Amino acid sequence: MSDLLAVLFDGVVYSSWLFLMAAGLTLIYGVMKILNIAHGSLYALGAYTAATIGGAWLAAGHPPIGSYAMLALAAVLVGVVMGPLLERGLLKWMYGRDEVVLLLVTYAAFLILEDAIKLVWGVESKLLPEPYALPGNFQIGELDFPVYNLILIAVAIVTGVVLAWALHRTRQGKLLLAVIHDREISAALGINVSRVYLVTFSVGAALAALGGALAAPAIAVSPGIGVEVIVLSFAVVVVGGLGSLGGAALGALLVGVVRSLAVRYWPEAELFTIYFVMALVLIARPRGLFSAPEARRI
Amino acid sequence: MSGDRTIPVLALACLLLLVAAALAPQWLVFLLALALAKGLVVLGLVLLMRAGLVSFGQGLYFGLGAYAAALLANRGGLDDAALMIVAGTGCAAALAAILGLLLARYREIFFAMLSLAFSMILYGALVKSSALGSTDGFNLHAREFAGFALAGGTERRLFFAASVVLVFGLVWLLHRYLASHWGRLSVAIRDNELRVEYLGASVYRVVYANYVAAGALAGMGGAFAALAVGHVDPETAYWTTSGEFVFIAILGGTGNVLAPFLSAAIFEGLRTVANQYAPNVWQMSLGLAMLAIIMFLPGGLWTLVRRRSAA
Amino acid sequence: MKRLLRWFSIALAGALAATGAMAQQPVKIGIVTFLSGPAAGPFGVPARNGFELVAEMLNAGRVPAPYATKGLGGSAIELVVIDEAGGPQKQVAELRNLAQRVDYVIGYISSGDCLAVAPVAEELRRITVLFDCGTPRIFEDASYKYVFRTGPHGTMDNTSLALYVLERHPKVRSFAGINQNYAWGQDSWADFDAAMKALKPGIEVKTSQMTKLFAGQFSAEISTLLSSKADVIHSSFWGGDLEGLILQGAPRGLFKKHVVALSAGEPAVNRLGAKIPDGTIIGARGPFGPFAPDNEFNRWFKTSFQERYAVPPNYASYKAANALLGLKSAFEKAQKAGAASPTDDQIVAAFENITFEGVGGTVRMSLGKGHQATMDNAIGTAKTVGGQLQMVNVKRYPADKVNPPEGTKSEAWIKSGFKK
Repeated sequence: MSDLLAVLFDGVVYSSWLFLMAAGLTLIYGVMKILNIAHGSLYALGAYTAATIGGAWLAAGHPPIGSYAMLALAAVLVGVVMGPLLERGLLKWMYGRDEVVLLLVTYAAFLILEDAIKLVWGVESKLLPEPYALPGNFQIGELDFPVYNLILIAVAIVTGVVLAWALHRTRQGKLLLAVIHDREISAALGINVSRVYLVTFSVGAALAALGGALAAPAIAVSPGIGVEVIVLSFAVVVVGGLGSLGGAALGALLVGVVRSLAVRYWPEAELFTIYFVMALVLIARPRGLFSAPEARRI
Repeated sequence: MSGDRTIPVLALACLLLLVAAALAPQWLVFLLALALAKGLVVLGLVLLMRAGLVSFGQGLYFGLGAYAAALLANRGGLDDAALMIVAGTGCAAALAAILGLLLARYREIFFAMLSLAFSMILYGALVKSSALGSTDGFNLHAREFAGFALAGGTERRLFFAASVVLVFGLVWLLHRYLASHWGRLSVAIRDNELRVEYLGASVYRVVYANYVAAGALAGMGGAFAALAVGHVDPETAYWTTSGEFVFIAILGGTGNVLAPFLSAAIFEGLRTVANQYAPNVWQMSLGLAMLAIIMFLPGGLWTLVRRRSAA
Repeated sequence: MKRLLRWFSIALAGALAATGAMAQQPVKIGIVTFLSGPAAGPFGVPARNGFELVAEMLNAGRVPAPYATKGLGGSAIELVVIDEAGGPQKQVAELRNLAQRVDYVIGYISSGDCLAVAPVAEELRRITVLFDCGTPRIFEDASYKYVFRTGPHGTMDNTSLALYVLERHPKVRSFAGINQNYAWGQDSWADFDAAMKALKPGIEVKTSQMTKLFAGQFSAEISTLLSSKADVIHSSFWGGDLEGLILQGAPRGLFKKHVVALSAGEPAVNRLGAKIPDGTIIGARGPFGPFAPDNEFNRWFKTSFQERYAVPPNYASYKAANALLGLKSAFEKAQKAGAASPTDDQIVAAFENITFEGVGGTVRMSLGKGHQATMDNAIGTAKTVGGQLQMVNVKRYPADKVNPPEGTKSEAWIKSGFKK
């Protein structure tokens, strides 16, 4: 029993991390209809920034508890800097073009950022293990688990709740929902779609960076960590339904838990699980789990 | 439409490449052979894109075609290049015929992601198979072409020449197809599927046919690439390979059947140049070049050609 | 940016020095190594640094005996470095380009790339020295004339590891593994698994975790390993995955509750140092890094490298140096046989079966019909003493004990119980 509990816990931890990535991506796609391949680079930037400022904080002798604030700060920094940089500096010039072309643009941005990261931080891995080891362990059955994972889950839940509240209860959020639903009518009604785009992209970037910043203490931050994340987040977003936050949460949960079960009970299948889940969900519900019914143009 | 000019340009290009096959240095023959192979895959993608579908999983057929061709030589003992190409194309077409039944119902990103999922499942299967060398893959070598023994040294040139003729024949056929009823239906589907249905045509059938054709082309491209490189590995089925094909397709634009080959050659060239002159920042160089092309040539590289002919 | 400028200025300086110091045409050597992606940090760039350092030192005549001759037999060495990233298909294309611009090629870390380029190098008749890739298949499945490998292949990593584990922990009854799910990880696990079973029949395998390459996060896998209660855990992890495993596993007691054996763990020694828990068994894929014998030649290499790059050389740097030294030895041996400017065929003839002093130890091209190197191996246990990580209980294994004999395939040899 505690075995299963441990597996589920691991699954939920993975899901939390996936959710942060997917939430940002689904927002960006829902609002701007852009498949943001550069999302992976934003994740990597979050991780690198966190490692750098977290490392600097600790090296300067400040209390280790502050390193958590540094992680959050890293996410915010990336969102605030990269969001406008990419959206205003690059994407704005491409709106109105074919969706596929925008995909190519984000891919080009991804390539550029990968090498930019390499130029700034070099190829050696960056480590920031202190926040991970600091809170110690807790036990499920006989196994030790890092309390840090609980923090990760908590942050994901809080983020989800805050996002949902912001989207459905605040005026700005409802404007965003309106733009997701129908861009043209929203603009016709006087909503500043351009600013909505900027805000959305920055928030999405910050979320991706948060995923990276939270992952940084557990991993070795090195070139290429952004690449795998891209397909994972896309899969979760598609499973959950585009533009749906709840879908992203459910999709992340599904993928994370199934993967964790596979690792424990059927390790050979682990490589396939996410694609199986995605294929199965799409076969059953062709537009993802929580897809809003779309009006068809005749 | 540049339809009238396509055939003569096609014939000219074919001729030029045949001359290159005989006279160009080995490394150029190799580069052109690889560009030809990739161009085939991208051609299939363009077919699909004309119907409004972007497939992120052509790597499935590319990899399948490559492995089918390689296995025929390595394990089947039949190292005739022509047979290998037929095997690659056939296997890919067969799988496309099955998967197309499911995939033809999907659109937009769901089509893209589902096709990606299938290609990654093949990738996973290949990686797990240590009998097939897992991620190391294995080498292959063709000793004859349609019964004619390939002498060492000239074998590549002969083979390239034969593939040029074959490919351009195919391209001509496809050009005819695209100008035909079904080809124009594809574009109509991209514009407004529902109206096409109301007008009595079967959208499902057209999409299915395009999908199988794209799969077969990708399989053929895979077999050609395997023969040119002499090595197969699971990376051919990975999503980044599929993504590369998509990017070449977008770069070239969907204007004409020759566009994929042109942009495949340019993409390969760009990447090689970037790697040679900026080995530490080749990704950035490639990204910047792509952005430049997107910004200044909105319709893809083909508009360069079209502008000249329209003027 | 700094790296780029530095490399450029070095190349420039090298070229200037060459033109000043030597009258002959410089010898161009193409170097293929990972400059981007996850393999750049642990292997690609340390290797490039090794190449750069040795090339420069050779051109300046600052390498100790027996390499006193400048450059390659008197001609200055000029390096042309390209990136190994992109996969085997791309590397085949790149080799075809590179081979026209250089006289010799040294490179390749990834086994897939090695397998793909070997026949191409043969077709192009360009002497190509593979320096790092692990798969034994290169010379076990085929023969080449122009292709050499100056680094021992991966079989001895896990045979030595199995021998060491059983010697130090004879009461072991079960083992498990966590390896990356690709050829390297699969082959390493298969070798270790077969070796353990051959050396101690009846030993139990608890679980074999095959993780997605570069997954980075192993929470679920570590949980599975911990609950498996295996005595020994084997891993061929490298780079970010290895560092992640240590960072995530150590706090959860993975290393305390099990004996963890890392077949390619040496690069982590420099990176993580004292964070590696005591008792971890580490291999360096040869007598490299902390296992290098303490003599003048090895001291020269370590201090020069450390001075120049501020970090110690890891096994990739050692293997890079050996590749260059091997080519130089063959070149100069061919020169001694009479030709002032040896042809490729003469160099090939000299290279076959050559024995030369490499950094870390003697390199003997004794397998693969004289094209594949063997070296002794060394395995040790990590222990932090006074804040510094050290290798204790180091055991050396002679080359012929942990490598298959000529003509026998590695897989079959291990299964037969290392029969001679």
